[in-house]
Amino acid sequence: MTLLREALLVAAKDLRIERRAKIVLSQVVPFAVIVLLLFAFALDPDRGVLTRAAPGLFWVAVLLASLLAVSRSFSVEAENRARDGLRLSALEPMAIFLGKGLAVLAQLLVLEALLAVGVVVLYDLALRSLLPLVLATLAATIGIVATGIVYGVLTAGLRLRETLVPLLVLPVVTPALLGATRAWEASVDGVPGEAWPWVAVLGAFALVATTIGLLAFGPLLEES
Amino acid sequence: MTLLPRPVSVALGWFTLAALGALAVLGLWVAPSDAVQSDAQRLMYLHVPAAWLAYLAFFVTAIGSALYLWPRTRAMVWDHVAGASAELGVIFTGLTLVLGSLWGRPIWGVWWAWDARLVTTAVLFFLYLGYLALRRIPADPDTRAKRSAIAALIAFVDVPIVHFSVSWWRTLHQEGTVFNSELSPEIEGTMAFTLWFGVLAFTLLYVYLLSKRYELAVVEDELEEAELELAIAERISEPVGSAVVRGAP
Repeated sequence: MTLLREALLVAAKDLRIERRAKIVLSQVVPFAVIVLLLFAFALDPDRGVLTRAAPGLFWVAVLLASLLAVSRSFSVEAENRARDGLRLSALEPMAIFLGKGLAVLAQLLVLEALLAVGVVVLYDLALRSLLPLVLATLAATIGIVATGIVYGVLTAGLRLRETLVPLLVLPVVTPALLGATRAWEASVDGVPGEAWPWVAVLGAFALVATTIGLLAFGPLLEES
Repeated sequence: MTLLPRPVSVALGWFTLAALGALAVLGLWVAPSDAVQSDAQRLMYLHVPAAWLAYLAFFVTAIGSALYLWPRTRAMVWDHVAGASAELGVIFTGLTLVLGSLWGRPIWGVWWAWDARLVTTAVLFFLYLGYLALRRIPADPDTRAKRSAIAALIAFVDVPIVHFSVSWWRTLHQEGTVFNSELSPEIEGTMAFTLWFGVLAFTLLYVYLLSKRYELAVVEDELEEAELELAIAERISEPVGSAVVRGAP
């Protein structure tokens, strides 16, 4: 299938740039860990608040980091008119959307794995019922990434994009934050039955976000 | 270019003003005060119409955006309507939140409650605030219109998902502590009439403000074009070779 092959080509390009520049690994991941520390300063760790709020805090940290990861994904093409190159490459716009999404998804999943270790170690959180937990994480991240990529290309090349992207993305992804936090809480509490409905909501959100992205990315790339 | 012919617009303006005046009289004096909530309930005559107007405005924004994106109906008029309507929607969503908060304080004892409708309205406010910020970024009109239209449709699709997830979250955790049946009695007679009259008056206000904001958007575009032409004319009229002088030996 050419669409998938082209998508993997774009994803491989973005991941190769990341392997060489290590911006996400050396800047975004430490940023997310600092956010975890900041939450601990804000909420006294001795009172148990931190452990109870851990799922929500984890997802807020992921959300903030995802804004940076998306921003990075589009700044790699900001210089030397690389976006023009991408536009002229004769690659299917849908494949570019999927490719850029896959690359950011891979980076965020790594970031989430590291942050999960962070909340287990720093917040004393016991992760149970791993299957709904992992599926909720995957679905929520796909939804966040798909939304982020759409707004990334929507604002690509705009002077004010750093301040605009958070305002545009955060309200749209509120269902992902809400669903993922509830699914994590249920998993942590050891009641996976309560997590599954949220996994379904997150799956639906991911599906809608990806569909919109596939449809909108082409016209937006043309205009950017 | 205007949405409404001038005489219609003028008449509508006066009519709207009269309707809002009548609403004030109806809401403050004619309608009886509520048995449970006494005079605080009178806020309903503004709060509900404002909320209705906000939803109507965002719906019109979505329609305008869709019509702009559809190649056969693509025209700047739809972009202007979408933008003007979103501005009104944001203002009236903000008004809804403020009025609701003022109403909630005496009745519920709190300024804010984490009720599904309240949370959805707050998210709605920020969704379209982002849309307006995007619109304000200078760009080629066609590019900006297309970009804005896509953003508006994404926001529109997102609202039901937000509402669904938020209401599910709140109902899973707690039964309606705030919106129980005792506090939302059946409404009839003068109160119902006043409420419906308020909705009508606010709808008239919406149509009037939309037509005015649309006219303003057209004038803004014309001004931008005129400034651009002026700048080009000035550049052309500069003496030939004047740019070279500085670098000459």
